[in-house]
Amino acid sequence: MAPLLEMRGISKRFPGVIALDQVSLAVGRGEVLALCGENGAGKSTLMKILGGVYQPEEGELFVDGKPVKISGVTDSMALGIAFIHQELNNLDNLDIAANIFLGREPRNRLGLIDRRKIHADAEPLLRRLGLDMPSTTPLGELSLARQQLVEVAKALSLDAKVIIMDEPTSSLTLAETERLLEVIAELKGQGVSIIYISHRLAEVTHCADRVEVLRDGKNAGGLAKNEIDHDSIVAKMVGREINYARSSPPAAEAKGHLEVRSARSGRFPAQCLSFDAGRGEILGFAGLVGAGRSEIMKAMVGLDPDGSAEVSLGGERLKIRHSRDAISHGIFLVPEDRRKEGLITDMSVRENITLPDLRSYASQGLLSRTRETRAAQEQIGKLAIKTPGPEAMVRNLSGGNQQKVAIGKWLAMSPKVLILDEPTRGIDIGAKAEIYALMRALAADGAVVIVVSSDMEELLHISHRIAVMHEGRITGFLDHSACTEQNVMQLAVGRSVSAAIPPLS
Amino acid sequence: MKKELGIFILLVVLCTVTATINPRFLSAANLTNMANVIGLFGVFSLGLGLVIITSGIDLSVGSMCALTGVVLAMALTEWHWAWPLAALAVLAIPMLLGWAHGALITRMKMQPFIVTLCGLLLYRGVARFIAGDSTKGFGEGASFDTLRQIASGKLMGLPMPFVILLVTGSILWVVLHRSVYGRYLFAVGRNEEAARFSGINTNLVITVAYVVAGLLTGVSGIMIAFYTNSVAPSNHGNFYELYGIAAAVLGGCSLRGGEGSIIGIIIGTALLQVLQNLVNLLGIPSSLNFAVMGAVVLIGALADQWVRMKASRRVTS
Repeated sequence: MAPLLEMRGISKRFPGVIALDQVSLAVGRGEVLALCGENGAGKSTLMKILGGVYQPEEGELFVDGKPVKISGVTDSMALGIAFIHQELNNLDNLDIAANIFLGREPRNRLGLIDRRKIHADAEPLLRRLGLDMPSTTPLGELSLARQQLVEVAKALSLDAKVIIMDEPTSSLTLAETERLLEVIAELKGQGVSIIYISHRLAEVTHCADRVEVLRDGKNAGGLAKNEIDHDSIVAKMVGREINYARSSPPAAEAKGHLEVRSARSGRFPAQCLSFDAGRGEILGFAGLVGAGRSEIMKAMVGLDPDGSAEVSLGGERLKIRHSRDAISHGIFLVPEDRRKEGLITDMSVRENITLPDLRSYASQGLLSRTRETRAAQEQIGKLAIKTPGPEAMVRNLSGGNQQKVAIGKWLAMSPKVLILDEPTRGIDIGAKAEIYALMRALAADGAVVIVVSSDMEELLHISHRIAVMHEGRITGFLDHSACTEQNVMQLAVGRSVSAAIPPLS
Repeated sequence: MKKELGIFILLVVLCTVTATINPRFLSAANLTNMANVIGLFGVFSLGLGLVIITSGIDLSVGSMCALTGVVLAMALTEWHWAWPLAALAVLAIPMLLGWAHGALITRMKMQPFIVTLCGLLLYRGVARFIAGDSTKGFGEGASFDTLRQIASGKLMGLPMPFVILLVTGSILWVVLHRSVYGRYLFAVGRNEEAARFSGINTNLVITVAYVVAGLLTGVSGIMIAFYTNSVAPSNHGNFYELYGIAAAVLGGCSLRGGEGSIIGIIIGTALLQVLQNLVNLLGIPSSLNFAVMGAVVLIGALADQWVRMKASRRVTS
């Protein structure tokens, strides 16, 4: 029997790059196909061809064995292909039903929206996905995970046969991720095919029937159900072995260089927490999404107007009221949302890198372009940022290279404390390894490195010590030897662990 | 840079066409007069441009002009202040108002449109009240002749407003395109959040832009008052903010912020004034004045958008 959907010999060129080179892909009915590959491997381009956003130069498409042509988004929809983007395209001022039927609203005799019908049609879809809320709920009141399920409902309402999910779990909590994976299993049972794109290999291993790996715009091979495991996917993705050695603990004398006391965020005003970190230490912050980790970090560097923290560095008590106070003491934050907070994407690499320390590139208030360019070039070289040059717009770089710029702007100022919030979200494995190496080098140079991450594997891999947070407070610290997935999870859900060091009082 | 070039070509084309149809366009008297009005409107348009770069707007420029005009005329002729004091007051008032706008926008997180719209109504009303709704003139008073010379005289044959525009334009060019503050202004306009995360005092950067805009409005206000030589508080400076916004947008400022250049704003101002002149010289009914201006700004914005769409299509396909 012909597969439900097949792509054969697809090639796509962009000016200067071959994004896809003779790529083939097939999905069977009710099959969950995981599409893996580093950023820039061509996954998104391939999916955009399927979604009708791009037209390939070469190659054929078949649905149910019959050749088809997709020359626009509507063609793709008509063939039963639904695309759930990484960034949700929801209108959170409208209710659930209005979002599901956006652009296809049934009308009554007066030409107005038939409200009774859209709600009647929406309810069974929500029940099918286990969303236990009325379809009149404004979307803005839903968690991100539930908003995503609304997108799935929209796909189902379109009678989708194939649903493409691009990094669907990148901002979900662990429980929400599990729920999504259950939904995927249910959809599969109902005969819906899923193309699942994720960097989180644990999920892929868990839910995929088959894995197809792309590398540099070419097929790098597939893995059948019984062959799927973490290492073999990684090996196909990078074409080389990646060394996942744990960070070794720093020297013991390094303790207590950074002292944070009574840190409080606007989000959890009743909770306050304290922690220490030593020079050369990489301190991880684990916890479920919404545990208040990012908020505490922002409070620490003066970016939470309703938060506060007493911070001492090397025994000296610092006065931090604005981010510029923290910056002047060498405490820098690489924020979670690099496009909104970390970078000005419509400015050049040079302008982004020099921005926090702009005055030192100026004499009498006038900027020296030469000095700026030199500084930018230094970071481009040091961090191996792939960019046409220092004048390239940051928005035109890939996610991993954008993140390197977001880090590079602080490295140019020799950090004493560098806080990285989700430093590798949405970044490919190669760039991840480089960022880890960078963090280790910084720590080895005597800086304090703090990492907030929702990627457990990453935290266990990079941290010397882990602080675990639950609902705004620290539930325990795990020393290097006690850092296990089990222990972190127990603390993250608010249970106590005997191997953990209790929070400072 | 491309944007400025495009509008500059448009300016040259309009000038050539007008000069061909009516050679009086190139007469010394007409050119001098044009340089004069470009100066009058250019100075406050530059300030408005800075505000627009922060992704703000200032709708109160025209009313501020009326207020400064009224205060200046009354201070000199009725209250008999020494001219330096009067000039200082007339510069200080709009700066203070600009600071208030900035504070409301940054500290109270109010929208620039609302704040300055209220300013537009408020200052107009105050100006009319102070003047008792009657027109205030400067008469022939000799005690402030120096100020009159500075504001409306000539330097080496060039009208003073034009000279002042060139001077402020040069200073602002350095500030905007070469200084730390200029970079901060663009950064804040593009992405205020990221600028704050980079340790920039975004509130200060924005407030300073409104204060500078106030100062430049004050400078323009003095020059315009001497140009008209009498200030009718109910319509003096009406719609001037719109001239400024139009000039800035024609010159490449985006109302989304983070974009714009000094040279662009000056060319934009010149274009608007050439259009007015063209309406007069070509015998187009002067009632169509605004219609011509509106059409040209629309066409300019449309052409820019079209170029942009073409450029982005070239990138994606």
